[in-house]
Parts: sequence; C-alpha cells; structure tokens
Amino acid sequence: MTPLLTTKGLSRSFGGLHAVRDVDFQLLPGEIRAIIGPNGAGKTTFVSLVCGRIEPSTGAIVFDGDDITNLPAHQRVRRGIAYTFQITSVFANLTAYENVALSVQRALIDKHQDRAPQKRAAALHRGVMEALERTGIASHRAALAGNLSYGHQRLLEVAMGLALKPRLLILDEPTQGLSDGEIESFIGLARDISGEATVLLIEHNMQVVMALADRITVFNAGRILAEGAPEEIRSNVAVQNAYLGTAADA
Amino acid sequence: MNRPVTLPIYALHAAVIVLLFLLQFILPDFHHGVLARVMVLAVFAMGYNLLFGYAGLLSLGHAMFFSAGLYGAGLAVEHFGFGMLPAFGAGLVAGGLLGLVIGLLALRTSGVAFMIVTMMFAQVFYLVTLYFADWTHGDEGFVIAQPLRQIAIGSLHFDLTQPTTRYMTAFLLFSIVLIVTLFIVRSAHGRVLVAIRENEERTRMLGYDAFANKLAAVIVSAVICAAAGAAYAILFGYVGSTFASVQYSILPLLWVLLGGAATTLGPLLGTLFMYYVVDITSGFISAYLFIVGLALILLVLFFPKGILGTIRDRWLGWLP
Repeated sequence: MTPLLTTKGLSRSFGGLHAVRDVDFQLLPGEIRAIIGPNGAGKTTFVSLVCGRIEPSTGAIVFDGDDITNLPAHQRVRRGIAYTFQITSVFANLTAYENVALSVQRALIDKHQDRAPQKRAAALHRGVMEALERTGIASHRAALAGNLSYGHQRLLEVAMGLALKPRLLILDEPTQGLSDGEIESFIGLARDISGEATVLLIEHNMQVVMALADRITVFNAGRILAEGAPEEIRSNVAVQNAYLGTAADA
Repeated sequence: MNRPVTLPIYALHAAVIVLLFLLQFILPDFHHGVLARVMVLAVFAMGYNLLFGYAGLLSLGHAMFFSAGLYGAGLAVEHFGFGMLPAFGAGLVAGGLLGLVIGLLALRTSGVAFMIVTMMFAQVFYLVTLYFADWTHGDEGFVIAQPLRQIAIGSLHFDLTQPTTRYMTAFLLFSIVLIVTLFIVRSAHGRVLVAIRENEERTRMLGYDAFANKLAAVIVSAVICAAAGAAYAILFGYVGSTFASVQYSILPLLWVLLGGAATTLGPLLGTLFMYYVVDITSGFISAYLFIVGLALILLVLFFPKGILGTIRDRWLGWLP
C-alpha cells in the first residue's frame, strides 16, 4: 500500500534548538497512528510541519504522492489535511454553529457543489448539524464558543476538523482536560472517524493511545525513538527510559 | 435560532431605504441638504466599516481612498474634460488601483504596524496633492463649475446642482452601497472576513487564504470610499487637499465607532449623529470640537460598541 503521508529527513530548528531532526515517517491510509513522547520531544512541531503552520528547515513532505513541502497551510487543508489545535483555538465570539459553518463552507467550496443559493444553504446546514451531532454538542449550537465548557470547546475543535471532510485528521492532544466520561465518548468518536479518514493523534493519555492506535510512534528529543504496534512499544526498553528517565539522567 | 434570520434583515434595510427616500419630501431645505451630504459621507463610512468592522483591519489612511475618488473624478473633469459619469468611473478606477497597491504593501504588516503604514501612505498621498499644485491647486483646491455638473442620458437631463437631483443621486449611491455591503457581509467571503478578524491563524488552518481575502477587502473598501469621494466632487463641486488630510482618515473611524462597528447601518447612524452634534454645538460655542470629544468619551464609556452594536448585544442579536 502506498503511504498517505511520507516525510523524508524532515528537520526544524529554532535558533540552536533542534526541535525536529531528520525525521523519516510514513503513515498508511486508514490507520490510526498515535504519536507519544515526553514534553518537548517535538511532537507538536512535527505535526505543525506536516500541516504547514511552520516551515521546515530541511527535508520533504509528500502527501498522497505529491510533494507538499512548499505549499502554504491553507492549500494543504484543501488537499485534505486538517489540524485541530492543541491549545483550543475556536472563534470565541462566534456561536458553535458558526464555527463549524466556516469549515463546512470550505468543504463545499472545494467540492464545487450546487450553485443554487437555496441548495447551498441547505447543504451547509446539513453539514454543520452532522458534525455537531457526531461530536455530541448539537444542543449547544447557539452558544458562543467562548462560553462553552472546556471539554465542549475541545469537541468543537474536533467538529471543525471533521467538517472539513479531511483525508488526514491531525488531533493534537484532543483529550487534554476532558472528564473520564468525555474521554470514553471521544474514543468512540475517534474510531468512528477512522472509518473515513486517516487519524494522526498526539496523546499523553495512555489509556486513549492503547485503545485507539494501530501503531505508535515515539518521539524523543526531536527524533523518532521507536515505532511499532502498541504491545511492542509497551515493552520497549528505550521508550521506558525516555519516559521514566535513566540512571544517567538521575 | 441557528440559521441566520433573513426576513427581518431585508425588511429593516428596505425600510431604511424607503425612509430616506420619503424624507426628501418632508425635510426643510437646510436638513434636506445636510442629509444629502451625510448620505455621501456615510458611503465613505460604510467602505471603512467593511475593512475595520468586519475584517478587523484598522486603517488610519482611508483619506487617501476617499480623495483618490475625489481627485480621480475632479482632475478628469478639470484637465481632461470628462463628463460626470465617466469622471465618476475614473474616481472608482483610481480608488481600486490605489487599493490594490496599498493592500499589497500594507497587508505585509498587521496590527499597529498596519495602522502606521496606512497612515504614512495617506500622508504621502496628501503631500503629493500639495506638491502637484499646478494640477490640484493644493490647499486652495478647485471648483467644478456648475455648468459642467450635468448628466445627459439620451433625452434625460440631470442637473447635479439642483438640490432634488443631488439628494436623489446621493440616495441612489447610498442605497446601492448599503445593499452591496449587506450582500458582502452575508456572503461566504464576509463570514471569512469576520473569521480572520476573530482568529486569523485558525482561519488559515480551515483552508482559507487569509491574505487573498484581506486584499479583496482592502480593494472593495477602497472602491466604496472612492465612490464617496467621486460623488462628493461631482455633487458638491469642490476638490481640495483638505480631504486628503489626516482628519479625513480619523473621521470615518469615529463615525463607524459611534454607529457601531461591524453593523451594516451603523455607519449611517454614526455619520448622521456626528454631523448634527458638530452642527448644533458649533452654533453655541466656537470650541465645538471640545463638545465632540466629550460626546465621544461618553459613548466609549457607556456604549463601547456604538449605537447599533449595543442594540445588537442587548436586544436584536440578528442585526447584520
């Protein structure tokens, strides 16, 4: 199977800090991949390079067979890469409905759908309600996004990503700050999404990672430390050291 | 509740247009003249509001777009013998081109830098109107002679120096721009502009080209402001560099803040209110700017979102 996403020798440094170094990474279509690693390992920088929020220092990114290294972020989104922010970044002064409508509108423009205004408005409404219902926040659609609880804002982020109808959905710590019950339903939602999109998930909660991931990539100090099925990663000594510290670090 | 309401919005805007049409028959001469002028200036404010209110780009240089229209039309008549309609067109073209160039340069910045850059460009424009005094007559300006301010379309003949024709022309321009503005802010592009104002980074990550949308907003805003300037030249017949001075960059900001930023009808209310405050206070006291300043401070204290912005927050959430 040809990979959906490939990075070759991808690096990014900020001044003297090598946030991401020489990363070769492959993601197959349809899988749920979790990226884990200690704080400062370069996880968010890596996915930011993939979605175009920041430019790489060196290296190449190939998405669906095309080199997208030099494409601006908004064009990558149109090709099907959606990113949900680690730090909640919804439009606080717009309603939940309007937030999602901005995503749906984008998806509709890209599909060059019905030009008739009536049909377009109906398609927009359908798309918005579908994304809100799947994430379980439809009853809060008229509330200003800034007034939603933190958990609901996280779900709104996911709804906005989902409504773009992406081929690759990047979720950056989606369960951070969610309650146990909300995490349970998020796991269900992520499984559901993986039926139609490839999911790249940065996550600290190992319960979520183990429940969802087909494969896990472990980052440490800007490099890929290990990669494999969840069981392999769990028993990997190097990973345990990176997380728990080694005698030399202590 | 979820989908935007449509009927009250159209009804309200239609009512405002009908009201402005009917007012000409009942207003005394003086107020009739004031309203014609206010409608033209409100077009200026609406153009400013599109960029400042909706897209969140605070320009301190919009005098250059107004006066691009003013000079585009005025110089075309004065030096090239254009008729009134082609001269108006020349004003629009001048505004659009200037908007394109300024947009391409100034949008490389944002926030305070954008304010400063637009202000500097406007100062350059102002100095240029003074420098080429052979053409523009600088500070003193020039008058477009009354016999020139006529429009003949076939057998129809309009005399723009007539109060009624002048009112109707201003009314027509105002109505068209109001409808265009309403259409833009309710369009997909308009929603993207608001999204850029609220969170540009997020908008980009939803797949929108923020720069292209902002550039379009600058150009449309410039063309609308130029339309106001061109109309001012052919309706009131005076073209001078005062209109390019910094005062005319600040005024639309005040009008919009007063009426309510990011409301379609706020610019009209703000312009009207300010015009009468100045008019009434200057009858009593020579330091009328003091009263204007006081009125502004009170508004900012008690109605920080302007007249219509406050009404929208408290009562009419559907106002566009």
